[in-house]
Amino acid sequence: MKQRLVVIGNGMAGIRTVEELLKLDGERYDITVFGTEPHGNYNRILLSPVLAGEKQFGDIVTHDRAWYAKHGVLLYAGNPVIEIDRKRRVVKALDGLEVAYDRLLIATGSRPFIIPVPGHKLPGVIAFRDINDVETMIAAARSHRHAVVIGGGLLGLEAANGLLRQGMNVSVVHVMDSLMERQLDKPAAKLLKAALEKRGMRFLLEANTAEIVGSDRVTAIKFKDGSEIPADLVVMAVGIRPNVELAKAAGLHVERAIVVDDTLQSLSDPRIYAVGECVQHRKNVYGLVAPLWDQAKVCAAHLAGFGHRRYGGSVTATRLKVTGIDLYSAGDFIGDKDSEDLVLRDPGRGVYKRLVLKGGCIVGVVLYGEVSDGPWYFELMQARRDITHLRQRLLFGRAYCEPQAA
Amino acid sequence: MMDGSAPAPLEVATTCPYCGTGCGVLARVSASGLTTVAGDPQHPTNFGRLCVKGAALGETAVPKGRLLYPAKRDATGLKRVSWDEALDEVASGFQRIIDQHGPESVAWYVSGQLLTEDYYVANKLVKGFVGTANIDTNSRLCMSSAVAGHKRAFGEDIVPVSYEDLELADLVVLVGSNTAWCHPILFQRLVKAREKRPEMKLVVIDPRRTATSEMADLHLPIRPGTDVVLFNGLLSYLHQHGVIDTAFVEAHTNGYARTMAIADNTAGDLRSVAAACKLDLGVLTEFCRLFARSEKAITAFSMGVNQSSSGTDKVNSIINVHLATGRIGKPGAGPFSITGQPNAMGGREVGGLSNMLAAHLDLDQPSHRALVQDFWQSPAIAAKPGLKAVDLFNAIDEGKVKAVWIMATNPVVSLPDADKVKRALAKCELVVVSDVMADTDTTAFAHLLLPAQGWGEKDGTVTNSERCISRQRAFLPPIGEARPDWWALSEVARRWGFAAQFPYASAHEIFDEHAQLTASGNADDASPRYLNLGGMVGLGKTAYDKLEPVRWPVLKLPPPLAGEDWGGGVLADDVPCETRTPPAGLPPVVSMLGNAIQGTSESAHAANPQSSPASGGGGLAVFADGRFYTPDRRARFVPTPPQAPAGRLDDDFPLVLNTGRVRDHWHTMTRTGLAPRLATHVAEPFVDLHPQDALLCGVREHDLARVTSAHGSCVVRVRMSGEMPRKSVFVPIHWNAQFASDARVGKLVNPVVDPVSGEPEFKHTPVRVEPFMVAWHGFALSRDSDAADASPLTSAAAWWTRITGDGYSRHELAGRRADSTWSSRARAMLGVDDPDADWLEYEDLSAGIFRAAHVVDGRINACLFISPRPDLPSRAWLSGLFAKPQLETEDRIGLLIGEPLSRGDDAGATVCSCFGVGRKTIEAAIKGGCATPAELGAKLKCGTNCGSCVPELKGLIAELRARQTAA
Repeated sequence: MKQRLVVIGNGMAGIRTVEELLKLDGERYDITVFGTEPHGNYNRILLSPVLAGEKQFGDIVTHDRAWYAKHGVLLYAGNPVIEIDRKRRVVKALDGLEVAYDRLLIATGSRPFIIPVPGHKLPGVIAFRDINDVETMIAAARSHRHAVVIGGGLLGLEAANGLLRQGMNVSVVHVMDSLMERQLDKPAAKLLKAALEKRGMRFLLEANTAEIVGSDRVTAIKFKDGSEIPADLVVMAVGIRPNVELAKAAGLHVERAIVVDDTLQSLSDPRIYAVGECVQHRKNVYGLVAPLWDQAKVCAAHLAGFGHRRYGGSVTATRLKVTGIDLYSAGDFIGDKDSEDLVLRDPGRGVYKRLVLKGGCIVGVVLYGEVSDGPWYFELMQARRDITHLRQRLLFGRAYCEPQAA
Repeated sequence: MMDGSAPAPLEVATTCPYCGTGCGVLARVSASGLTTVAGDPQHPTNFGRLCVKGAALGETAVPKGRLLYPAKRDATGLKRVSWDEALDEVASGFQRIIDQHGPESVAWYVSGQLLTEDYYVANKLVKGFVGTANIDTNSRLCMSSAVAGHKRAFGEDIVPVSYEDLELADLVVLVGSNTAWCHPILFQRLVKAREKRPEMKLVVIDPRRTATSEMADLHLPIRPGTDVVLFNGLLSYLHQHGVIDTAFVEAHTNGYARTMAIADNTAGDLRSVAAACKLDLGVLTEFCRLFARSEKAITAFSMGVNQSSSGTDKVNSIINVHLATGRIGKPGAGPFSITGQPNAMGGREVGGLSNMLAAHLDLDQPSHRALVQDFWQSPAIAAKPGLKAVDLFNAIDEGKVKAVWIMATNPVVSLPDADKVKRALAKCELVVVSDVMADTDTTAFAHLLLPAQGWGEKDGTVTNSERCISRQRAFLPPIGEARPDWWALSEVARRWGFAAQFPYASAHEIFDEHAQLTASGNADDASPRYLNLGGMVGLGKTAYDKLEPVRWPVLKLPPPLAGEDWGGGVLADDVPCETRTPPAGLPPVVSMLGNAIQGTSESAHAANPQSSPASGGGGLAVFADGRFYTPDRRARFVPTPPQAPAGRLDDDFPLVLNTGRVRDHWHTMTRTGLAPRLATHVAEPFVDLHPQDALLCGVREHDLARVTSAHGSCVVRVRMSGEMPRKSVFVPIHWNAQFASDARVGKLVNPVVDPVSGEPEFKHTPVRVEPFMVAWHGFALSRDSDAADASPLTSAAAWWTRITGDGYSRHELAGRRADSTWSSRARAMLGVDDPDADWLEYEDLSAGIFRAAHVVDGRINACLFISPRPDLPSRAWLSGLFAKPQLETEDRIGLLIGEPLSRGDDAGATVCSCFGVGRKTIEAAIKGGCATPAELGAKLKCGTNCGSCVPELKGLIAELRARQTAA
């Protein structure tokens, strides 16, 4: 008799793990997937192009219902799990359905953090997380004028760009003095800001939101200094919180997120695995896609009985999905007193590049304007390759570092 | 002549203003005012060839940096004044000092780059009207030892050899002369002659291996300063081997016995000579044998002989050998002083040295003084020799000379102990400087600046090394208010009340007067001189303007040409050269037009190699009759006991500093520094030394080194050309303070002079070489513009050199302050204030590497490259960027990468951004067999991260498949 695998979360992490598992062993498990959203699986990172009108929802669906059927995966979409009973080894869904498991995979992801300022529950105040949010924004753009995005990080800027493309007046409110401060150093952030301003985006930096104003719908945002700007739509993009309530309730060890070991097994219950944004691994919680792929691979191998793989953590790279703006960032791009910088600035060409080196290896990358070498640097960084012999030409890219094969 | 059907641009035949070779130049000025030059095929010196300096003359005949107006210095700086005011100041200033302190308290320091006419008027004014002989010239630094040697041996300053003689000789010995670089055209003639007659031998005597010695059959890398030992040794060898021309010696010379005794005593055996001169005995013996058997032998010499504390003895030791063998006054034989300046010889002819009077007449002869004073109708006449260059500036330093007028020379760079010259000028009461350039090391000290006409503007004559007088003709309008130097001098004379004696309205009037003076009293029973331009007296303006190169003496003109005014075109067009033979009965030395000097082309020469004294070879005829210009008309042997150079090596100063020229620069660079094409051959001042000495000094090639003597120091780039012998270093003389922070080698040079000639010892100063430690090396290129100001650049560096580029300036830089803020510092250095300027930069600060470029309207405006080592990018390709109307992306990347880029592998437009995979790469993979996005992903990784490009990948696969099917 086959073992039973239950997957909580029909998102990118969960389904990628299933996919990897099927590649390794399609016969081992009866697989059941529970999802909150009423769809098959779609590529959440591509919501920005959908918002920008560059792609349709259909374009970003990665696994439609037929896929589940074809692979014998039972999908409960729009029917989230509300309880894990570890003693009985069953999960309970919203509609009362109970499914037993031999192995359980938690891939509940995260949800946006909403700043609890007065008015944060007003209609017109949303996050940017799923296709529903995108649809809300696209609808708002048809009937409203002023959009305010709170949060000048990666997600906020993509949302702002999308809204701009949808024809809204967009202001980005950011509490720091520099955009995407977790991914970009100040010179790159400055270039980015200038490029977005050129497209018509407005920025309020070092701005602290005090209140979201409105009676039956948001009408304005008020700041701590007393100033106010009009707002018909407020998008909160100030960060994410891992969805860990279910795990916590089940008594799993949870800190910032579900704590897992190098095989992606929960510390508290080896039958339970977790991957994706709901996971805390070696103190790190990731919000990007690449670690998730890495985790899925290891987790799937382990589920398939190949216990040899280990997840050692990920170095993350970021790129902004705003058409026409090329931006790449990875690793420790700030550096410290022991690190060395290679910097190239060519604002005339809209190019800024910075590599942070330590002990002869790349530890951080910020690229703006010319990002094609980002993955190569990333590779060098992950492999901890000594780049001393390449140093003279490193920043100019792979084509200038590797002798061309004639 | 050209076909007259189309109006050709005006082409003017003139003479090159650089070395003493004296090449003919054809200059044209385009409608846009640009000067282009070509060699004058008709000129008997160069037959159409030009060296690189000459060929670049057009680039130096530009307004850049020129002194345009008279100026007067007050407390706040230089102020433009009128000529009248300036000349009033000069006249009254000198007058006041003369009135208070006498005529010996003023002085003139002039130049071998003045025209003969300027020189003549200066000399006349000073010696006849101020009444002092305090007029000396930079020729003192150059060939005064040759002059003194000639006077001692011949009784008159006569160069008894012509260029044709060089071609006729069977043996040419070049002593202390890098002719290949310093007199390139003359050297080319030599090389060509040797190609035609391979039996002709070339011997080079020079401590350095040079471009000249490379061509030699025999190179004698003599120990510096031992030339006299060598030539005494040769003389003794010739004596021992019976090569003495006893008949000639007995009939035409004095002093043979004593001279030979000293030679035998000091250098009587080749073994000891070889040891003293550090020569291989075999090579030395070979040289002596060669000389012994070569009837037609010429010993040509320049600065390596002259610039010595025993320079005059060196010259005489050479002349002695030629007198002893009778190898003088014959075709293809004689001692030959090759001069370094375009008109050193003209200056000598008019008497422009402080120990001469005028027209080869002597200061110390009362009859000569009377002759000249009478001729000039002057109130006074200098009665004793004036101060020679080094002494002159010492006298200024001591306050004895209180006013000096410097013309066409840059003593703060060129004199020995040059910082002392600086100090002297700083405290001199009145310094007047006439120059073509506004900013020189010397004009910085001027109280009054007078704008002189530059080459192409001024008009007059020059005499080259072989006594050939050529016209320098004007073909450009004078720039600003530049005036002839003779005019300024005459105006001062007029203000002193001598208008009648200085009535000149044009150069030809001055030349005429000069010619008259050379003929005046010039007879066997009066004051005979070989210099005689009697045949040129009465040249009218037209004939003067048409004057073709002629070698003096010129006693008489052919009948059709003599007269009040030579009838213009008659000369050049109507009378075939061959027919212009002098009438019978004239002295054999007649050489005017149509004689040897008037070769119409090289082929004419080749066709008539027999050109002999009888047929008119003017130079060949000198001393042919065995008559010299001493009182008894006999040549004098001068005993030359060898003297060691003045400076002795010790532990503090263990190396010998030799100085000299490089191929593409001239003197103190005020002109050649303007020409981009002259800037690249040797871009920077350097010290060349033997690798072993470098090791001992702790300096490395391409690094910077400080060279220090007891008198001063300079900082230059270390070079190891392999040309230097042990213990000897070479630093070029050219770099001035406008072109380098600290490279005036004159500061180091021992101011000791030859006791006879007063010529300084430029070739032998004890020095040490030490590393000049810097934290960074760099260079900057910046486009020339009126607003361009290099001072932020140079003040940021501990050391710099400026190099002229085509439309830009290059600064080589080095600094001590390692800086972590290059970005802002570089902007300040290049004067880029605008924060939004198109400024690109690359920095690797912990490696000390910084590169930046400033782009304006798509064109490069400036760039800066910094590295901790002198391993900076090639400057050559960068210059090409300055010519580009628009920089391409590759150029911008290249600027930052520091090297020219051939376009990298073109991956095409990026399709997969996650892994940076381009369209062309993907297409190639599809053609290579990848049929699905997954296969592409497996091969190229494309589409395997965010997956957003998978549709495009599919599209590409479909597209290519369709294309293949269609095909």
